[in-house]
Amino acid sequence: MEILLAIAIMALGAVVLGAALGFASVKFKVEGDPLVDKIEAILPQTQCGQCGYPGCKPYAEAIAKGECDINRCPPGGTEGVQRLADLLGREVKPLDAEEKPKAVAVIDENTCIGCTLCIQACPVDAIVGAAKQMHTIIAQQCTGCELCLPPCPVECISMQPIGENIENWKWKHPILAIKPVPPAVHAKEAA
Amino acid sequence: MPMNLFTFKGGVKPPTHKTQSVGLPIAVAPLPSRLVVPLHQSIGGTPQPVVAAGDKVLKGQLVGEADGWISAAVHAPTSGTVLEVGPHVQPHPSGLDAPCVVIAPDGQDRWIERQPFDHAAASPDETRRHLQRSGVVGLGGAVFPTHGKLTPAKSVAMAELVINGAECEPFITCDDLLMRERADDVVRGIGIFRDLLQPQKVLIGIEDNKPQAAAAMRAAVAAAGEDFAVIEVPTLYPAGGAKQLIRVLTGKEVPAAKRSTDLGVQCFNVATAYTAWRAIAHGEPVVSRLVTVAGNVRQARNYEVPIGAPMDEVLALAGPQPDTDGIVMGGPMMGFLVPDSRAPVVKATNCLIAHSARLFPPKAPEMPCIRCGACAEVCPHELQPFELYWFARAKNFGKTQEYALFDCIECGCCSYVCPSRIPLVHYFRFAKSEIWAREREKNAADEAKARYEFKQWRDEREKAEKAERLAKAAANQVSRKAAEATGEAPADAEKAAKTAAIQAAMERAKAQREAAQPKNTESLTPEQQQATAEIEARRAAAHLGDSEQP
Ligand code: SF4
Ligand code: SF4
Ligand code: SF4
Ligand code: SF4
Repeated sequence: MEILLAIAIMALGAVVLGAALGFASVKFKVEGDPLVDKIEAILPQTQCGQCGYPGCKPYAEAIAKGECDINRCPPGGTEGVQRLADLLGREVKPLDAEEKPKAVAVIDENTCIGCTLCIQACPVDAIVGAAKQMHTIIAQQCTGCELCLPPCPVECISMQPIGENIENWKWKHPILAIKPVPPAVHAKEAA
Repeated sequence: MPMNLFTFKGGVKPPTHKTQSVGLPIAVAPLPSRLVVPLHQSIGGTPQPVVAAGDKVLKGQLVGEADGWISAAVHAPTSGTVLEVGPHVQPHPSGLDAPCVVIAPDGQDRWIERQPFDHAAASPDETRRHLQRSGVVGLGGAVFPTHGKLTPAKSVAMAELVINGAECEPFITCDDLLMRERADDVVRGIGIFRDLLQPQKVLIGIEDNKPQAAAAMRAAVAAAGEDFAVIEVPTLYPAGGAKQLIRVLTGKEVPAAKRSTDLGVQCFNVATAYTAWRAIAHGEPVVSRLVTVAGNVRQARNYEVPIGAPMDEVLALAGPQPDTDGIVMGGPMMGFLVPDSRAPVVKATNCLIAHSARLFPPKAPEMPCIRCGACAEVCPHELQPFELYWFARAKNFGKTQEYALFDCIECGCCSYVCPSRIPLVHYFRFAKSEIWAREREKNAADEAKARYEFKQWRDEREKAEKAERLAKAAANQVSRKAAEATGEAPADAEKAAKTAAIQAAMERAKAQREAAQPKNTESLTPEQQQATAEIEARRAAAHLGDSEQP
C-alpha cells in the first residue's frame, strides 16, 4: 500500500513539475537561438560556402543542431576549430581542409571587360564598378572568399596573400620563438 | 624644494650607466650618406607623401602630410634630392619594411624659408595646427602627436601641467643634456603649452640624480620670469613613466581606461617642449633629435642626429668596440634589439646602445615560476605579473584582461627582478598583440556580416520589387483583355476611378502639349498643314501600336 502511495506521490510530482516546465518553456521562450549566435560570433563571416553551407549562419545552425563537424571552415583555421571546441565542449579535430594564408582579391584592371558578373557574386559588396566600366575591389572590405573568381569570363581576378606588415605584426609566443644558437656559443659551452 | 611628494608602488633601481655619456657637450652629428625618413613616425594616421623621386628638397620642407587630426607631418631633415619613396626597414622589433622617403643630401643643409609663428596673435586652434604641420610629437618615446594633447578637457578644469624631465631609464641622458644646455628654449616651450592648456600650476619633475639639469632649469625659469616649479623626484625606475611622474607630483592615479586630461593633468616631455618652441619661434619643423649613443663604445655621447640617419652610421660616431653585436634602441629596460642596424633614427629614438655579450650577458634559461611574488612587489601598477604570465603563456587572453593586462606599461621591472629569469614583458607583449589582432578580426567579421546581411536584404527587396512589377504588368494585361472583350470599362469602381484619373492626366498632358506647340505652326500654308496632319496621324497610329504592347 505504502509503495503505491509513494509511487502516486512521485507521479503527481512529476506531472506538476513537467507542467511547470512546459509552461515556463512557452512563457519564457528566448527569441532566436543564443547558441547559434555564439557559434556565429566565432565564424569568420567570410560567407564563402567552403563549409558546404550557403553561408556562415547556416553552418552555425547546423553545428548547433549537431548535424555536422566543427572542422569544416577553412577561413576560420585551426584556431577557429579550437574556439568552437572550447565553446561546445567538443573534441578538437584537425581542419578538414588545407589552411590558406589570408588573401584579398585583385582585379587586373586592364583585362576587366566590365561584365558585372563578379559584383553579383561578391557576398559583401566589396567590388565597385558599373556595366562596361572597369571594376575594382575595395581591399579593406574583401574577405577573401574567392566567390568572384569563377564567374569572371576573362579570368582577370586573382588572390593576393596579405603579407605581414608593421600594422598587423604580432609578438610571437616566447617559448615558440626559439632561435638557433650560433656555433660560437656551442664551442664556448663545450669548453 | 619644500613640497610634499607622493610615491608610486614598486619600482627598481638598476645601475644607471649615465655618467659615461654626460661628460661631453652635445655634438651635431655629420650628415650621413643618405637619409631614410619613414612616413609613419607618430601614433595615428600614416602621412601621405607629397614628394616623388627626383624632387629637390630643402631642409625642413614637408615630405609627408598629416593624415587626419591624430597624425603629424614629416619633413626633409636636410637639403638634397629625393631618391625614392618606397619601403625600407624600420626600427621596429619586427624588422619589417614601411614606406620611407629616401633623400641624398647635397651637403649644403639649406633651410626652407623659416617663418616664426606669432602664437600670441593666433588662436589656440591655429597654434595647435601649426604644431601639427611642424611634426611636433612626444619625444619621450611614445610619439603621440603633441597638438592632440593640447586641448583642455571640457568637463574638468586643467589643474596641473606636468613636464617630464625625469629620464629614469639607464644609459639615456639626452634630456639631461638638453636641459643643461638649452633650458631657456625648453622653458619657453613649456610656456606655450601653459598658454594653450591654462593649468593652475606647472610642475617640472627631474630625477635627483641630475642636479645640474635641475639647476639650469631653475635658472631658466627665473630668467623667463615664470612661476614653474622645478621639483627633484627620487631616483627610482620607472619614475619617468608619465603615470608614475603624475602620481609622484600630484598624487593622482590615472587608470588605464582614462586619459590624464580627464583628471585635469597633462604631461609632456622636456624635449617635446623644446621642439615646440623651435617650431613656434623659429619656424623649424622637427628634423633632428638628441640621441644618446652609449653602451659598448669608446666614447659615449649625445648627438643631435638628423631624422632618417642610419643607426649604424650614428653608432660609428661613438666608436663601437669590436665585440659589438647589435644595437638596442631605447634603454635596456624598455628598448629592443634592432633587427637590422641599417634602420633609421626616428623621432622615437632617444638612445642607441651598442650591444655586446659583455655588457648584457645572455640570460640563463628560463625556469618555472616559483610564485615568489617578487614581480608583484616591484610592479608600479600593482599588477600580479605571475598571474598574467600564467594566463598569457596558456593563451587564456580573456583572463589576462581580467587581470588588467592593459594597465601594464611594459616597464620591465618584473622581468628585471624575476629569479626564474622569465621574460615576463615578452609574454605581455605577445598577449597584447594577440588581443589586438583578434579585435581587428572581430571588427572585420562584424563588418563583413553587416555588409552580407545588407546585400541579402537588398537582393530580397529587388526580387520582391521585380515580382511586384511582373504581377502588375500581368494584372494590366488581364484587365485590358477584359476591357477589349466586353468593350467597356472594368466594372470595378476602384479601377474605374483609376482609369478616369489616368484619362484625365492624359487629357491634361495633351492640353499642355498643345499649349506648348511652337509658334511657327500657326501660320502655315495649306500644303504644310496637310503634311503635318499626315505626320501627326502616323505618329498617333504608331503610339497606339506602342501601347498595344505592355
Ligand atoms: S567556410 Fe567558414 S567562412 Fe566560409 S561560409 Fe562556411 S563558416 Fe562562413
Ligand atoms: S571581392 Fe571576391 S574574394 Fe573579395 S569578398 Fe568579394 S567575392 Fe569574395
Ligand atoms: S618573480 Fe618570477 S618566479 Fe617570482 S612570482 Fe614573479 S614570475 Fe614567478
Ligand atoms: S612590465 Fe607591466 S607587469 Fe611588469 S612591472 Fe611593469 S607594469 Fe608591472
